[in-house]
Amino acid sequence: MQPQDLQAIRALIARAKRWDAFFGVLGILALMVGVLTFLALFVDMAIQGMGRIDADFFTHFPSRRAGEAGILSAWVGTVLVMVVTAAAAVPLGIAAGVYLEEYAPKNWMTDIIEINITNLAGVPSIVYGLLALGLFVYEFGFGQSILSAGLTLALLILPVVIVATREAIRAIPQMIREGSYACGATTWQTVSDHILPYSSAGILTGVIIGMARAIGETAPIITIGALTFIAFLPPLPYTGEPPAGMFDWLFAPFTVMPIQMFNWTSRPEAAFQVNAAAAGFVLVLMTLAMNGTAIWLRYRLRKNIKW
Amino acid sequence: MSATVTAIHVLPSAKVSDRLRKKPSRHMKERVIEFLLFGAAMISVFTTAAIVYILVKESWIFFETVPLTDFLFDTQWTPLFDDAHYGIMVLLSGTITSSAVALAVAIPLGTVIAIYLSEFAPFSVREIAKPFLELLGGVPTIVYGYFALVFLTPLLQKIYPDLPGFNLLSAGLVMGIMIIPYVASLSEDAMRAVPMSLREGSYAMGATRLQTALRVVMPAATSGIASAYILGISRAVGETMILAVAAGMQPNLTFNPAEPGATITSFIVQVALGDLPHGSIGYQTIFAAGLTLMLMTLSFNLLGYWLRKRFREIY
Repeated sequence: MQPQDLQAIRALIARAKRWDAFFGVLGILALMVGVLTFLALFVDMAIQGMGRIDADFFTHFPSRRAGEAGILSAWVGTVLVMVVTAAAAVPLGIAAGVYLEEYAPKNWMTDIIEINITNLAGVPSIVYGLLALGLFVYEFGFGQSILSAGLTLALLILPVVIVATREAIRAIPQMIREGSYACGATTWQTVSDHILPYSSAGILTGVIIGMARAIGETAPIITIGALTFIAFLPPLPYTGEPPAGMFDWLFAPFTVMPIQMFNWTSRPEAAFQVNAAAAGFVLVLMTLAMNGTAIWLRYRLRKNIKW
Repeated sequence: MSATVTAIHVLPSAKVSDRLRKKPSRHMKERVIEFLLFGAAMISVFTTAAIVYILVKESWIFFETVPLTDFLFDTQWTPLFDDAHYGIMVLLSGTITSSAVALAVAIPLGTVIAIYLSEFAPFSVREIAKPFLELLGGVPTIVYGYFALVFLTPLLQKIYPDLPGFNLLSAGLVMGIMIIPYVASLSEDAMRAVPMSLREGSYAMGATRLQTALRVVMPAATSGIASAYILGISRAVGETMILAVAAGMQPNLTFNPAEPGATITSFIVQVALGDLPHGSIGYQTIFAAGLTLMLMTLSFNLLGYWLRKRFREIY
């Protein structure tokens, strides 16, 4: 081989290696864009809103005076809506996941269900809001209530719960089922005694991620017509005239954390922006805590379970 | 089955015959449970059907008043004024502009992150970066909207002093950051699914990691990466709160990101915030707008589905 060829080859290798190293740096920089944005967002909100976060902020109703306004009705509303969402989405999502993994025959019906779930996961959340406005608020006559909002968010996170359930169930080795059937168990006995207990941690992860998403959803709840200014709490459960009055709270008007934040954000006065920052900070902490728990659970699960 | 039955017949034990007596009820219970589980799975089908039913029903009433040609070709969108115009083009321009800005951020950055995490990053970096991206994707969009309005817009105004307080640019940029995790994590999954033997072949020929990533792994993962991009587009088109907060809600037929504008989604929010009576034409417009949005995202989803089928490499 001629010396100049060798040199050319060495130059080629050096160039390829330079590009390689350059891309390694580019990758870290791209990741940093995400990290820095997140830090800027978090720190900016913390600095702006920290001064407003005290016990009064959580125990006061919103007010025309920014300094006295709080998020009492917002966080109570969020908790109640989440109760409805969980009560609807968790059993339905797990049941649908179990059906698709353990019962469903391979036919066109199952295909339709699966395609639907994939498609629903890609539907914009505001479309769920329109569905709920037409269906829950007017056709069913639930009104602009906690029940309507909770059911809307339940439909929204149903695909998340179903997919998580299916993945958790699929991770259980076939021999567990075979062992159970060999002892004469029916399908349901196998599911309730083996499949569900063993997949419960994985399902829980999916449920937490879904709920974290539901807490932050704003658009569908605005669309069904949640009020932005609520200075009262829904009636306490079990205080009304039984039996009809027990569920009064389900039909009460309400507001939730993200809507309260949106309301404050869209006001021109700087003092309300501070409130928005404080509410946003609380909201981000809530979702971070939930997503963090889910990630930690999944990490533990991957480490501990060896079939 | 028959073998077990005869075997049990031989046994004289009372316990076994007791169990056998329970069998019809046990069978019944199994069927009922299966039916209930099937019903839960069918909820997804009912949801889709209900979405289509509600959107089409309400839009039908809308299109009885407003001709389809007006809806598609009018250049004004003033449904709440006395002189009402219904040109969806105006809202589409806002949606397209903001989505274009978002994708100009999310697709390059998301792809670079995906390649880096899949081909370059050491194990420890990936173990930290993946959950972090997930956390970034879990931040509520209203918080991103606040960030665009209060943090990014003033920052951009330092560079371009003429930028209005509400603009599609800053909303689009933040939307892009929001979409990065979706694009990155799906593309990364697609690249990780490419078998090691292809990489080893490439390395054996003396290729660097970058050459392998760009010329071997990415072409092999095309269908997965394409569907990640399409999911990103779908997210951008359907995103609501960032635009409602940071882009203003004035309908504006423009493709200039440095102007305020309304999108299909932010218009729906704007109408929902006011108190339009149920059944009025203004109330109907949000369903027509929603139907347009649904058709757009549906066609993207179908395109993604088709791409996955058509270009999937099977190893």
